[in-house]
Amino acid sequence: MKLAVCAKGEGLNAEVDQRFGRCPFFVIVDTEKGEVIESLSNENAQAAGGAGPQAAQLLAGRNIEAVVLGNVGPNAIEALKAARVKVYSGVTGTVEDTLKKFLEGSLKLVAEATVSSHSGMRK
Amino acid sequence: MLNLAIASGKGGTGKTTIAVNLALTLEKESTPVQLLDCDVEEPNAYLFLKPEFTHKQSVGIPVPSIDLDKCSFCGHCAEVCAFNALAVLKDNVMILSELCHGCGSCAYLCPEKAITENDRPIGIVESGTVNRIFFAHGVLNPGEAMSPPLINAVKELGSSDALKIIDAPPGTSCPVVAAISDSDFCLLVTEPTPFGLNDLDLAYQMVSRLGISAGVVINRSDIGDSEVEDYCLKNKLPIVQKIPWHLEVARYYARGEPAVKHLPEWQLLFKELYENILSLWEGAVRK
Repeated sequence: MKLAVCAKGEGLNAEVDQRFGRCPFFVIVDTEKGEVIESLSNENAQAAGGAGPQAAQLLAGRNIEAVVLGNVGPNAIEALKAARVKVYSGVTGTVEDTLKKFLEGSLKLVAEATVSSHSGMRK
Repeated sequence: MLNLAIASGKGGTGKTTIAVNLALTLEKESTPVQLLDCDVEEPNAYLFLKPEFTHKQSVGIPVPSIDLDKCSFCGHCAEVCAFNALAVLKDNVMILSELCHGCGSCAYLCPEKAITENDRPIGIVESGTVNRIFFAHGVLNPGEAMSPPLINAVKELGSSDALKIIDAPPGTSCPVVAAISDSDFCLLVTEPTPFGLNDLDLAYQMVSRLGISAGVVINRSDIGDSEVEDYCLKNKLPIVQKIPWHLEVARYYARGEPAVKHLPEWQLLFKELYENILSLWEGAVRK
């Protein structure tokens, strides 16, 4: 499956980012092969508003089935649900570390926002 | 007739005090005058003028609504929206109404004609008269961020038959630009302090970019330092009036009483202020 991991940089060795809508990159991984498909630059990371739903739109447009993130706001989680993208929380260390946790099945599915609106702007 | 805006970079410098006292002074001189309070986030001129409101109207901005049966989920609406108010998510479209500026691009450009627009209320406008002064203001709904359309609705209530005084919001952002953009002259109210100077500089840069002639009123002119005056001199920015600090004025203010109603010397200050504006404006027109 195609999995997105919120990251500060590109590739498997990139450090993860706790923010969803405002993380600089989504590293897209093929979970079966354990390979990076692409490191997708998040063009709306600096948007004045609506970064979360725009990020969801970006992932939906690439048929991504699940995303691993740290925190997610109320608009972003609604948008991810509408796009039927599964949401896991618990990014740790690097993209590779996070992928390992995902494959072990130790990540939690998230159904509700974990932070309030605009939390990603305060970091 | 003259369309006069009263603005300031810094809040609390005395915009409303100047606007109200000037309107009352002109009324006494039998000049037809209207006061439009465009500080819709915190309108307070009515507290001093106490007009009788005879007209009240809700104001909204058009936000999109999508007919999902017609929508092909092409994503064009989200692409043309400059404010991220739409997200197209596979077979769903999410609308973030509070981000929508009501420009109408999404509906206009939708290839399937799947978008209609409905008004989302953002506030109200109220108007009425007090003696011979026409007064109007806007009241933005609590928590609402989109004030320029409401400010424009307040301005539409004004007429060109009487001198127009626009009481602008503080700062230099979109609401201020909406309030002052078609004015003939802008009074920048400041105080002789480092904060006053810093924000006067920002406000002067703003009016210069908008191409509006400006003059400065230094309120509480006998406190602080001389840096505001030095700044005005250096930038050839005319000082239209200096208003000294006055304990009685503060007492009247706290009771919601405009000082010109009680202090004849304040009437003279405002008469002079107006004459100075007129001669500057006439000078600018001649140029």
